[in-house]
Amino acid sequence: MHMADALITPIVGGAMFIASAKVGSHSINQIKSQLDDSKIPLMGVMGAFVFATQMINFSIPGTGSSGHLGGGMLLAAILGSNAGFLAMAAILTIQALFFADGGLLALGCNIFNLGFYTCFIAYPFIYKRILKKGYSTSRIIGASILASIVGLQLGAFSVVVQTMLSGKIELPFTTFLLLMQFIHLAIGIVEGLVTAAVINFLWKARPELIEGSDAAGNTGYSVSFKRILTLLIIATLVIGGIVSLAASGNPDGLEWALFNSLGQEERMQDGGLDQMLAVLQNKLAILPDYSFKSELAAPEQAGTSISGVIGAVITLLFVAGAGVFIKAFNGKAKKDKA
Amino acid sequence: MANITQAYYKMFILDELADKKTAIHRINPIVKIMVTVIYLLMVVSYDKYDIIGLMPLFFYPVIIMSVGDIPFKPMLAGLAIAAPLVAGVGMFNPLLDRNIVSTMFGIGISAGMLSLLALLVKCSLTVLAALLLLATTGMNKIAAALQRLHIPQIFIMQLLLTYRYISVLMGEASRVYYAYNLRAPNQKGISSKIWGSLIGLLLLRTYDRASRLYQAMKLRGFENQFFGGCLDKLQKKDIMYLLGWTGFFIIVRFINIPMLLGVFVTGVIK
Repeated sequence: MHMADALITPIVGGAMFIASAKVGSHSINQIKSQLDDSKIPLMGVMGAFVFATQMINFSIPGTGSSGHLGGGMLLAAILGSNAGFLAMAAILTIQALFFADGGLLALGCNIFNLGFYTCFIAYPFIYKRILKKGYSTSRIIGASILASIVGLQLGAFSVVVQTMLSGKIELPFTTFLLLMQFIHLAIGIVEGLVTAAVINFLWKARPELIEGSDAAGNTGYSVSFKRILTLLIIATLVIGGIVSLAASGNPDGLEWALFNSLGQEERMQDGGLDQMLAVLQNKLAILPDYSFKSELAAPEQAGTSISGVIGAVITLLFVAGAGVFIKAFNGKAKKDKA
Repeated sequence: MANITQAYYKMFILDELADKKTAIHRINPIVKIMVTVIYLLMVVSYDKYDIIGLMPLFFYPVIIMSVGDIPFKPMLAGLAIAAPLVAGVGMFNPLLDRNIVSTMFGIGISAGMLSLLALLVKCSLTVLAALLLLATTGMNKIAAALQRLHIPQIFIMQLLLTYRYISVLMGEASRVYYAYNLRAPNQKGISSKIWGSLIGLLLLRTYDRASRLYQAMKLRGFENQFFGGCLDKLQKKDIMYLLGWTGFFIIVRFINIPMLLGVFVTGVIK
């Protein structure tokens, strides 16, 4: 469920970046004192492992779509909330750079969606609660499945909200939501089973590796509810504040009503200042206008006119020409050198 | 399995391309990161129907690829990974936004078709920009730039260790798989019963190997600090690069050059 750059606006991406950075700096402050020589390679290995599992797609029966594991629960269960979150942030950064999977602008969204909900919600409040009385095979399975499902459901919901706030797709909110939640329910179950299998094996073979298990000693730092609540509130304020600031550039209720009753074209015919302002707003708006589907008149700047298309083709020819020219020039320079 | 291992090794191609010494490779990594981010912001800020205005932005990847001598094939592989999600979500646009905005050669073009196409163009541009950053800069220099940008040491360490340990993990995975095949010669694939323990074993083996590597590094004086980053100071060419691209992006963002060109050409023809 990697969010892609093309699906978000700079505002949503930026807000989520700030939120993830905030959680990340909290995590770094928490683990600074607890990093020992056994944990550093483990963090790297778990990162590499989850990176690899995220690249393997499996098909989801009955839906015709496929999914991949998130791995956030596994990271949290073995490394703890803070180190798990940092490992996830590193994994997603590498994926954004190497595969552009997710993308650099959407990195904040992805770190939050895949890392925050699993490491700071599902792990402390579900997984750890269930395993409070001690580890057993059945408890590990139950805790892993339930926590994975909840973590992924929250993440999927977050993806839907971010996409909708960006307003780049036409899918209605509820349809998109239902699709996403359903698909991620299936993925959550598979993820829970895989997580349980790995943790069960590690618990039997090397219990000291698992964060918070009896054999791990008292290295587990508890995650306080208050901290989480504060973090969530800060994230909400940041996102809410920035998004609402930006959203004010879009038509508000009154404008919207006017838009519907008059229609775009009539309003544009008023000419003069109104038209100038409309053009200016069009140029400056960072959030693309939310669509008012059926009411929307032909998008003027959509460039469906013949001259627009011809211009686009000419521009692309120029682009290709520039590429060919530079290549040829480089080739010649190399030959000359030789 | 062998295919998967190969696929992972292929991903390092991009990092290897960063060893080249073209004019683009010599630009300061911090500047390259800044230009990439500005470019990404520009691309996603376009209106959702505006395909034509986006066209001049193709100049950026094409010029970087040709000056930086970066082959197109690995870029295409990156597109193949990232595009399905965008296409999957965006394919509903033509179904839901059916307003016909134009007809071309007798075929009605709906607003939804336009927005899907714009989405795919944006996806290609953003993916290319991210991959080109890596292919012209390399992981170590990106890490050095992040350090200069005051990203915490712990995160940079985590980033580099994860990256390094991917090859350790893949090495162990191919050995485990090889050993399994030798002991279970007549089986089709790996029995699902032992997946959990096999994956667990793979993790343990990788962890042990990684710990040995880490200890060896410690013995040679490694102190959990990344020192790979001796970046050159900003030079005139770096500033020019930054200002040049930023200026170009701003001009094409606010002036629809293809449209003007089109109007000019059609006007001349008439």
